[in-house]
Amino acid sequence: MNPALPRWVDLALIPLLNLALAFFVAGLVVLVIGENPIEAMRLLLVGSLGSSYGIGYTLYYATTFVFTGLSVAIAYHAGLFNIGSEGQAQLGGLGVALVCLAVPWPAWWIALPVAILGAGILGAAWAFVPGYLQAKRGSHVVITTIMFNFIASALLVYLLVNVLKVPGSMAPETAGFPPGTFLPTMQEILALVGLKVSKTPLNLSALLALLAAFLTWVLIWRTRLGYEMRAFGHSEPAAVYAGIDPVRITVTAMLLSGAMAGMMGLNVVMGFQHRLVLDYVAGAGFVGIAVALMGRSHPAGVVLAAILFGILYQGGAELAFDMPAISRDMIVVIQALVILFTGALENLVRLPVAWLFRRRRTA
Amino acid sequence: MDLEAILQLAGASLRLGTPLLLACLAGLFSERAGIFDIGLEGKMLAAAFAAGAFAAVTGSAWVGLLAGIAASVVLALVHGLASITLKGNQLISGVAINFLASGLTALIGQNWFGMGGQTPQLRPGARFLDLAWPLADALAAVPVAGPIYRHVISGHNILVYAALAAVPLTWWVLYRTRFGLRLRAVGENPAAVDTAGVSVVRLRYGAVVIAGVLCGIAGAYLSTAMAAGFNREMTAGKGFIALAALIFAKWRPWPALGACLLFGLLEAVGIRYQAITLPGLGVVPVQFMQALPYILTVVILAGFVGKAIPPKAGGRPYAKER
Repeated sequence: MNPALPRWVDLALIPLLNLALAFFVAGLVVLVIGENPIEAMRLLLVGSLGSSYGIGYTLYYATTFVFTGLSVAIAYHAGLFNIGSEGQAQLGGLGVALVCLAVPWPAWWIALPVAILGAGILGAAWAFVPGYLQAKRGSHVVITTIMFNFIASALLVYLLVNVLKVPGSMAPETAGFPPGTFLPTMQEILALVGLKVSKTPLNLSALLALLAAFLTWVLIWRTRLGYEMRAFGHSEPAAVYAGIDPVRITVTAMLLSGAMAGMMGLNVVMGFQHRLVLDYVAGAGFVGIAVALMGRSHPAGVVLAAILFGILYQGGAELAFDMPAISRDMIVVIQALVILFTGALENLVRLPVAWLFRRRRTA
Repeated sequence: MDLEAILQLAGASLRLGTPLLLACLAGLFSERAGIFDIGLEGKMLAAAFAAGAFAAVTGSAWVGLLAGIAASVVLALVHGLASITLKGNQLISGVAINFLASGLTALIGQNWFGMGGQTPQLRPGARFLDLAWPLADALAAVPVAGPIYRHVISGHNILVYAALAAVPLTWWVLYRTRFGLRLRAVGENPAAVDTAGVSVVRLRYGAVVIAGVLCGIAGAYLSTAMAAGFNREMTAGKGFIALAALIFAKWRPWPALGACLLFGLLEAVGIRYQAITLPGLGVVPVQFMQALPYILTVVILAGFVGKAIPPKAGGRPYAKER
């Protein structure tokens, strides 16, 4: 918006100031509730980073958020605001479950590539219709993806209650997967190199998430398609004038975004729960919005922001345990404030900072 | 299905359609002025909580209603600050408002009442009760007209009638007043309004605040009229269904009434009949009924059944040229 600002101000200072504002307001909320914000912050950090157990959970949550954050970020580069990562992740989880239950897999490394395909294809399929309608019929992708989130949750309820449920069981969930599909836990992986850590849900998917972040970087900044997406997101008329096909870019960006959201299923369904339960996504798709906004849609930023939200989720759970007055809903409040201050109210910080820099230059 | 059952279903549709209608009209004012509002859900939820909490503490439904409106207007002003004054992204602001309401209502509710996010059960005096119209029972024996009078026209609470009255009122304001003309103009071509010497900022804030008031009434209806207290996440997507209805109605007041009653009917049918057997098609699962408003909206948005064209300047902040 203001090209005159130095890069470090744009990429580091303004996001950090926005984040500080969000946490300041969150601190006020804690004060209003009648607890000590500093003590709450200490408990949150100890709970999330104070032990290998806490770190394991923090990184497990962060892995999920890297996938959903990248999903939102990819679409954002093409100028599309995909609020549908939640529903796309639901379908991705379904894809993982269908693959894992299809045959008695002998080993996880045989099942994994097929599961990645399953998650990617169903996640992408759920993003296809909104993308296609946006490109071809001009139906706003924000509205259609919201609608598809609700349709996805109704579909999953139907499938889990009527089709995939174990006969005779009350729980709306699939049968447990065969052990041949269980992804190695981080505990097992680190034991190979002689490191001992607590048993947590953290699994191989964490490394896949880093790989996904790297591949996203390659896609966006090192390929022709990524260049076209960024050009299209920056200025649609200019991109079209340059011969970029808007339909192809919009649909492709949404397909990639949906596939990436679906990858979340690897971490949660295949890596930890070993069955598909009702609403396994539990809002992680929406956290992806906050993560992408905070990470400025850059894969490295997304990874950092995902770790921050991992800390919030794990630390928030421990905090709710130690300070019952601050329930886990505090996490949602902080998430909302981060979206508000880094997204919608961005100019609250940007305009004064830009003014300061202009003044310094002219002085 | 006899007449009695059909009329009961009609009455239920009206009751279930009321919060949708109020929220839908809220969105109509906001979006007609060029401010996208996907935060209807959050504003309703905040209002439902505030209304439930204040009605429980004071014992007055009217105080609850005012508190609900106040809570909703505060969030509306945040949306206005973000999208009008600071020229931020209106969609992101809406998303943030939804989460803010979701988190804060649960957090504060637990903190104030310690009931897992619920507010205490409201006594009858602290609720908007159903009003029986004169002679509703006496006339019930009259064929056809009697049951219609009893089940559909009479026997709702005052907010239902207020919501119905809001439809012609909205139409009149939008199409028969100077404010309405300017409001519609600011959603299509703000530069023209600005050139005419009318403040775009003031008009848009006006629209956003009206949306806040209407969402406030919708939320209060949920916790103090339809139910007797607030539950966590009690809006349960109604704000988004209202948004769907708004698109369905192509941003016009009378069709909005129709769309909201239709979606209310779908909900009423879903509650009353868990699974419906259609001749030739087999059993329609209840989940399909629940998803139907969203599916219909996508179909409408796709332009297969008449094209839904939003206000032209919607979603874009207005920057005065220098």
